[in-house]
Amino acid sequence: MSKVILRDVNKAFGDVRAVRNLNFEIEQGEFFSLLGPSGCGKTTTLRMIAGFQFPTSGDIFFGERDVTFLKPSLRNAAMVFQNFALFPHMTVFENVAFGLQARKVSKSAQVDRVSRALQLVDLLGLESRAVPALSGGQQQRVALARAIVIEPEILLLDEPLSNLDAKLREETREEIKSLQQRLEITTIYVTHDQEEALSLSDRIAVMNQGVCQQIGTPAEIYQTPANRFVAKFVGNSNLIDGIITTLSDEQAVVQITPNWQITVNTVGKSVHEGQSVTLSIRPADIVLCRKSAPANNVFMARVDSVKFSGATIESSFYIDEQPLRCKSLSSAGIVPENGQVTIHIPAQDIIILT
Amino acid sequence: MRLPANKLRRLWRKKIALWLLLLPVVFILLAYVLFPQAEIFIQSFSREGQWTFANYFDFFNFRASANLEALWGSLYISVLTVLFSALVGIPLATLFSFYDFPGKRVFASIAVLPIVMPPLVGVLAFLFLFGESGILPRALQAALHLPSVPFGIDGVGAILVVHVYTMYVYFYLFCSDFFSGLDVSLLEAARNLGAKRLMILRRVILPMMTPAVGGASILVFMTSMASFSAPFIFAGSFRILSLEIYNTKLNGDLEMAVTQSVLLAAISILFLVLLRKYSEHRQYTGGGKGASIHVKAISHGWRRIVMGAFGILMVVVVILPHLTVILMSFVKNGTWTWQTLPPSYTFENYSNLLNDPRVMEPVSNSVRMAVLATLANIVFGLAAAYLLVRYKFKGKKWIESLVMLPWAIPGTVLAISLIITFNRPTWLSAGQILVGTFWILPLAYFIRNIPLVFRSTFATLEQFDPALEESARNLGATWWFSFRRVILPLIAPAVLSGSLLAFVLALGEFVSSILLYNFDNRPISVEIVSQLRIFNLGSAAAYSVFLIILIGFVVGLSNRTFGKKRGVAGFAG
Repeated sequence: MSKVILRDVNKAFGDVRAVRNLNFEIEQGEFFSLLGPSGCGKTTTLRMIAGFQFPTSGDIFFGERDVTFLKPSLRNAAMVFQNFALFPHMTVFENVAFGLQARKVSKSAQVDRVSRALQLVDLLGLESRAVPALSGGQQQRVALARAIVIEPEILLLDEPLSNLDAKLREETREEIKSLQQRLEITTIYVTHDQEEALSLSDRIAVMNQGVCQQIGTPAEIYQTPANRFVAKFVGNSNLIDGIITTLSDEQAVVQITPNWQITVNTVGKSVHEGQSVTLSIRPADIVLCRKSAPANNVFMARVDSVKFSGATIESSFYIDEQPLRCKSLSSAGIVPENGQVTIHIPAQDIIILT
Repeated sequence: MRLPANKLRRLWRKKIALWLLLLPVVFILLAYVLFPQAEIFIQSFSREGQWTFANYFDFFNFRASANLEALWGSLYISVLTVLFSALVGIPLATLFSFYDFPGKRVFASIAVLPIVMPPLVGVLAFLFLFGESGILPRALQAALHLPSVPFGIDGVGAILVVHVYTMYVYFYLFCSDFFSGLDVSLLEAARNLGAKRLMILRRVILPMMTPAVGGASILVFMTSMASFSAPFIFAGSFRILSLEIYNTKLNGDLEMAVTQSVLLAAISILFLVLLRKYSEHRQYTGGGKGASIHVKAISHGWRRIVMGAFGILMVVVVILPHLTVILMSFVKNGTWTWQTLPPSYTFENYSNLLNDPRVMEPVSNSVRMAVLATLANIVFGLAAAYLLVRYKFKGKKWIESLVMLPWAIPGTVLAISLIITFNRPTWLSAGQILVGTFWILPLAYFIRNIPLVFRSTFATLEQFDPALEESARNLGATWWFSFRRVILPLIAPAVLSGSLLAFVLALGEFVSSILLYNFDNRPISVEIVSQLRIFNLGSAAAYSVFLIILIGFVVGLSNRTFGKKRGVAGFAG
């Protein structure tokens, strides 16, 4: 169990700069996620930590140990691959025992440790099964067992849930989390699924085009996105451009379109009149009003489309030609198609990005 | 602080590994594949040590037209072979892909049988069956009380029959493959848009089929141009280039033999290039998402009978040559003269094969030489395939082309080029003259089978998920440990079946053997021909049966291993 430190790590493939100036420190026992769209450099980063690629410049440390150019086989950073990469010609036992055999662990100790690892992932009794005969979920667990059995300092997970179906994904997510907590193992988790990252991680690094956009706890990332990209990618927010027209103590009025102004909170932000800003409004923060409406930030909106999906309704509408997406609970009422609705956007839920 | 030496060392190690693989592979390709071909190319422009075009003028001389006749003969035979093979292979594939009838599976597996018969053995069988003193013509003569045999295949007709018998399989396999990958929803879409049967055939099926048919045509054309065994037995006065090379060499005119070889090789290489161009954009099928062909069961009474009769007829036609060879192998040498069927039978031919060391010698020669060649093929194939799959470097395309080059070199040409290259001491042969020694034949077999073993290894390594090797390394395995425990066990079945095939091909190799053998290392195929010459039909047939059994065994074995491993491959992908 050790810290992982990346210092000024860069990786270029020819002219393509896949990772730029990456700096972060992952604490002992921390669950750390790399979150971003495909091609953002998150997998490259993970592969550099595993030792399959090495940085064009910069250093990687495990604790005090400089591992930047260390062979993958000497790193003790076990990885669970996206497609599991189980050896198809070996049984479950042989797969899990592979890392132990590479370390010349004695036969009896192998049996012992393999069954302990299989017990942890709830696969005891399947030792002699052929790997191709297992279900996707079981294969996933064999991959996990194979990784943890060598008692790695660091556990690397490369989109381990993307090959599972939706229902299994949720279950396995829980299991990975509880396993990580029990073993108190430093874990780096690569994913493009923001919900996965938010629910699992102690901290998240959001990446885009090789650049780290923001590092923080899930709450920080969600509530105070550092920029447009994070707001859009993590919160799926509406991003609206406007100009600050009037500024009072803790509030400002932002002009979006000629006929639409909105009041926002400015606590902790240094802004001035006439400044161009981007407002981030999460679809779920928009409130549909029935009869009585609160005082400010109440608007009439023209409904454009409505998508009903059970518990929630996703609708889009226009306020003075500015499109806006909204996600409301079905219990809050059905949105009339091609009609007008009254909506309320609470000032404290609007985030100012400058 | 980290030392930059750290990074250097790792970069270095990668470089060293690359060079350790690259150098021997390139050396072998240059020395034994490219150099002999370059040698005959250069030689074809010289006469008595002078640079000249005289050899080519002589070849294209209209007054002494033997060479031109031979070139024309080869082209003529090859075009006809393509045509008739297509006429047999394509309908057969269509039939088996679209219809179901009793016994279909058996018939379908019998349809590919001719490809596993060594060419020389096939020729022999046809000679026994349809030759002037063959079983069938004599049977007809006896039945109809004719004064002489009514027919006997000979010359162009005989060559053509043998060619079509062995080469329709290419069309059959290519088209079956096409049909099994055909997405039927395309046909349904055409129907849905209002197309009638004929329009679907003309506008959808046929255009999509052209790559398969084109590929098979080129392959058959190449094979037919290089074919030697059938002309060797049947050509008579008809001239064919591959055989002409052999005759010219026997007459001692090495310069002309070299020139003929260069021209034959040039045509072959041209077609190989064509084939590669063709197969680059032959990906109409293989998406795998669509529905496959709905096989129509033939249940109507008289149609079933027709199909059954057709199937049985096919089986008889395909199996008859094999049966004939087996029958002949029990014939006492020198007893079959004028009778329809051989009159006396014996186990002597087989017991001699086991007991008489002189009879046994060609077998042990062939086995020894084939084993040596195949071992070399495995080592080289593994190294070359690993190199080309795992590393990126300049000139990679060139190495790939060189590895495939022996495929386009007809056996006769290879033999001539080896004679030219190794009839004097060179440092490539450790200062020895290889011609006339034991080693020239294993070398020839090795070169001929380079593409085969390489391809089977390359194909599996290419599909091999790199994450498997990475995950082994990630779990602490050294390169050697992961190679031994993960890579090797996974690619072994494909490598093994590729090398087994190479082994049996080397075992029955005739074309280059007949030009390169000496008495001490004479292989089975050469011995079959000599036995035939002294009218020991039984002995010749017994050797042939030995080859057929061995090949059948190997093919069956590799089919079984492949069948079992297919699931594994699917899983790994």
